[in-house]
Amino acid sequence: MAEQAAVNPGGEGEGGPLRASDLTRSRTRTAWLLLLPTLLVVAVVAAFPLGQTIYLSFTNERLADLQGPEWIGLDNYRRLLEDDDFHNTIWVTVRFTFITIIAEFILGLVVALVVNSQFKGRGLMRTAMLVPWAIPTVVSAQMWAWMYNDIYGVFNDLLNRRLGIIDQNIAWIADPDYALWAVAAVDIWKTTPFVALLLLAGLQVIPEDIYEAARVDGANKLQQFYKITLPLLVPAIVVTLIFRTLDSLRVFDVFYVMFGARRDTMPMAVYAQNTIVAFSRTGYGSAIAVAIFLIIAIFVVIYVTTLRVERS
Amino acid sequence: MTATARPQTTEAAAERSQVLDTVMNVIKRIPFYLLVVVIAVYLMFPFYWAFRSSITPDADLFATPVQYFPNNPTLENYRAVLSDDNFIRALGNSAIVAASVTLLALMVGAFASYAIGRFTFRGRTPVLYIVLAMTMFPQIAVLGSLYTLITEAGLYNSLWALIFTYMMFTLPFTVWVLTTFFQQMPKELEEAAYVDGATPFQVFYKVLLPLAAPGLVTTGLLAFIAAWNEFLFALSFTQTPDKFTVTLAIFRFEPQTAGGFEIAWGQIMAATIIITLPLIILTLIFQRRILAGLTAGAVKG
Repeated sequence: MAEQAAVNPGGEGEGGPLRASDLTRSRTRTAWLLLLPTLLVVAVVAAFPLGQTIYLSFTNERLADLQGPEWIGLDNYRRLLEDDDFHNTIWVTVRFTFITIIAEFILGLVVALVVNSQFKGRGLMRTAMLVPWAIPTVVSAQMWAWMYNDIYGVFNDLLNRRLGIIDQNIAWIADPDYALWAVAAVDIWKTTPFVALLLLAGLQVIPEDIYEAARVDGANKLQQFYKITLPLLVPAIVVTLIFRTLDSLRVFDVFYVMFGARRDTMPMAVYAQNTIVAFSRTGYGSAIAVAIFLIIAIFVVIYVTTLRVERS
Repeated sequence: MTATARPQTTEAAAERSQVLDTVMNVIKRIPFYLLVVVIAVYLMFPFYWAFRSSITPDADLFATPVQYFPNNPTLENYRAVLSDDNFIRALGNSAIVAASVTLLALMVGAFASYAIGRFTFRGRTPVLYIVLAMTMFPQIAVLGSLYTLITEAGLYNSLWALIFTYMMFTLPFTVWVLTTFFQQMPKELEEAAYVDGATPFQVFYKVLLPLAAPGLVTTGLLAFIAAWNEFLFALSFTQTPDKFTVTLAIFRFEPQTAGGFEIAWGQIMAATIIITLPLIILTLIFQRRILAGLTAGAVKG
């Protein structure tokens, strides 16, 4: 009773239960009032556009068209099934996702383990790790594009002239054999420190006495890693994995800066953007966007279900 | 004699073995430190290379063999970039857009996080899930309809288009992280204020908001960095160089002096260093806060 009065300073002197429900109602009203601006923004920049995208994907909308969108049913989706360019973008995106995620997890785990142990300059290293994450992808792509330069680039100079590992300069970006690896290397460089920081956060929650107990029992470093570190790191790994997969599947910036809209190295998002903006084909572009959304959803469902299986 | 000499020799032996131990330890640590050096070089080399290219004159930059240390360092590239009106304009545009987006997201988001974090009401969980779903939302999914919407509203090729659409990825994140900050606050403070007759709004901005200041700094920084770095919407919703943001300026860089080279890499690298510097400084100053915000966002997700 006293507590209710305390949190209801403006309440009239009426019966207890009625007052409580009054309070609840006014609290609820206040809460929705506070949420209103956010809900409005969400509606205008996300919910409505998403609905609109789904609607447009069933139309032949073009931006320059004066007639407005015309309903064409599943035509866009039928075309999508036969569109070899689109199928190629899926293949490029999925390969890119696998390459980068595997590399980022292996390298990220090594970096996280190193930074988690004691050494001079550890604080400096942790700070330095944030920098590649903080800079724009456009910037990292340009920095690497210059290093990849076929004549004046440092990689060709290093590998060919100085170390002799390759016997002639390679056009890392222009050559289709290397292009995907080249762009993956940029992403791996930029994102590995970020993955490492997330894994490090997971490592730091593992209590030290577990290792002590293992040492007493005579477990060596390798056993400790496989039997303690890795299993206890699984939650951090899973969360990071989901984040990275979602990011990789919608990759745009690094590809667009390095290749523009080059057909053989186009991820899904570049294809959609190019169709919408460069060709003004909003209807077909929206169908591509919906397809991307569905593909990402499939990955999420796979992760979530395999996780559940593992837990039970 | 022997009685006193004996302990001395064992002492000396113990000392010697201790020295040997530390030496062995140092030797054992060598591969580890080698690994540390390799990681540091891997992280830092591209920055070094961008910097060395930015202070190398074109004559040395476009020459083989490649110079690993600039022989004739020059600030010519920086002078060229900083006297480029379009680049300066882009810096201003990015500052305006990122600052506006950050302020808007914090204002709107703080109210929502206060509601979600400190009120219990029906519909609270669905709202939270909508916010969470939005943080995972791909920008490309709404590109087409936002493009149509912006064109019809007459906002195409304006900074308003960017400020407005950037809320899509800054606001949900802001709400998500700030909510955890509001939830962690002790209940007693709030109750004391209510006893003194404060309204919920007074409680909000007199009691809770000052307490949430660290959270506001963290989320504000993350929102600022995200807006400053954005590329897809800026590329799609602006057209003329006077509306470019820094990422577009770097992407569509047109050199001041053509110099006969296809791409003015020296100037691009100078521009790269210039737009990266504020981010590096922010990161170095606020590294702890940024880390806390990142892991809060990720672990809770």
